[in-house]
Amino acid sequence: MPQLKPGEISMGTTIMAVQFDGGVVLGADSRTSSGTYVSNRVSDKLTKVHDRIYCCRSGSAADTQAVADVVKYHLALYTAQHGEEPTVKVAASLFQQICYDNKDNLMAGIIVAGWDKVDGASVYEIPLGGSIHKLPFTLAGSGSTFIYGYCDKLFRPDMTKDECIEFVKNSVSLAISRDGSSGGVIRVAAITEDGVERQVVHGNNLPQQFLG
Amino acid sequence: MAPLLEPSTGFKFDNVKRNQMLADKGHLLPRATKTGTTIVGLVYKDGVILGADTRATSGPIVADKNCEKIHFLAPNMYCCGAGTAADTEFTTNIISSQLALHSLNTGREARVGAALTMLKQYLFRYQGHIGAYLVLGGYDVTGPHLYAIQAHGSTDKLPYMTLGSGSLAAMSVFESGWRAGLSRDEGVELVKDAIEAGIFNDLGSGSNVDVCVITEGNVEYLRGYSTPNQRVAKEQTYRFAPGTTEFIVPNTTAQRGEEEGTAMDVSA
Repeated sequence: MPQLKPGEISMGTTIMAVQFDGGVVLGADSRTSSGTYVSNRVSDKLTKVHDRIYCCRSGSAADTQAVADVVKYHLALYTAQHGEEPTVKVAASLFQQICYDNKDNLMAGIIVAGWDKVDGASVYEIPLGGSIHKLPFTLAGSGSTFIYGYCDKLFRPDMTKDECIEFVKNSVSLAISRDGSSGGVIRVAAITEDGVERQVVHGNNLPQQFLG
Repeated sequence: MAPLLEPSTGFKFDNVKRNQMLADKGHLLPRATKTGTTIVGLVYKDGVILGADTRATSGPIVADKNCEKIHFLAPNMYCCGAGTAADTEFTTNIISSQLALHSLNTGREARVGAALTMLKQYLFRYQGHIGAYLVLGGYDVTGPHLYAIQAHGSTDKLPYMTLGSGSLAAMSVFESGWRAGLSRDEGVELVKDAIEAGIFNDLGSGSNVDVCVITEGNVEYLRGYSTPNQRVAKEQTYRFAPGTTEFIVPNTTAQRGEEEGTAMDVSA
């Protein structure tokens, strides 16, 4: 089982993606830690790999950045080579191939989500071993364990984009309040046919909840 | 079937077991010179300001009291280095020469993003064995940029950051003092304060403060901007008067004639 090497930067993390009719909403916290020190409290874990395909990164910061850069390169070439835009499925497959073939040397838990003309909105999860799972919504990262119950109860497949955004903000906010490795701001990205809409929710604007 | 050939380049881990056995027996292993270090960078109104202390340590000993930790990468880009001194020195040299070739190839001034990609891909390839922790700052056609690069190959883009053993002390200064749109003098003072926080509160950092201000088309390298650790004048003279040491039997031996070989040249 790959472990973080001593001194390697981890992305403690809470990441999630939710599918709705017409698009997806991705959400993440912004804490990158090195042991107990927070090396970047405003990191962006929602990485663009193509115009309407984003990925959420968790695990080793170095490994996920490197893998995402390779996939971004391949997707940039894809349109020229194949004559059509890559689908989210293609992006997820590329991630899976890299994560599976190098499973002994990588520590990367990735969520791929986006919108394409062929399948519409899709969310794929690629956990540590390199398996791939297509799901209506998914969570990952150390903070996700605290909100599985909340998300399972509240998710509905017929939510609108704004309801999804609220759902994501509330979930990540709850995870941040319970997980030490998650924190900072909440970054949200909504991807539809019309483009990508990005939002940042700062600490003082987090949704109201029991704070102990 | 061809036998497995040993790679002729790259790291060799052949001696790891032997070294571990020697260490267990109590033998002292040689220690790489590290740059204990406080390095910082911040973005201000007109560009980026980099800062570094000047102490290089080898275990508990100060190996170099005034080393240069702000390395040249390109005329518009400099890089502060923390971690293993040799690694930061050579990594920045290698990427600096690659950037010069890249610049000649493209006919353009190199971009900070190009240096970032070269550095992160190089360090990722070595999976953290090259201990180089860098603060990269520069000004290119797209404006001022500041990046932090860790030895394993991860990068962060931030308006202000600190790295090295003194990073916590320096970050506390930045978190209370940084704001968007600082002037040049305010920025330089803040950088100086942050490095001095590292120098005085971290044992791995010390000596002087080097500052580098990078703006559009211009770089000010302020070596020794602040020297808060000057050696004070000796309070007494420690010369012994002739005759202090008593001798019982004087014994003088004539110098032997010149031996074979050339004498060492000490004219410089």
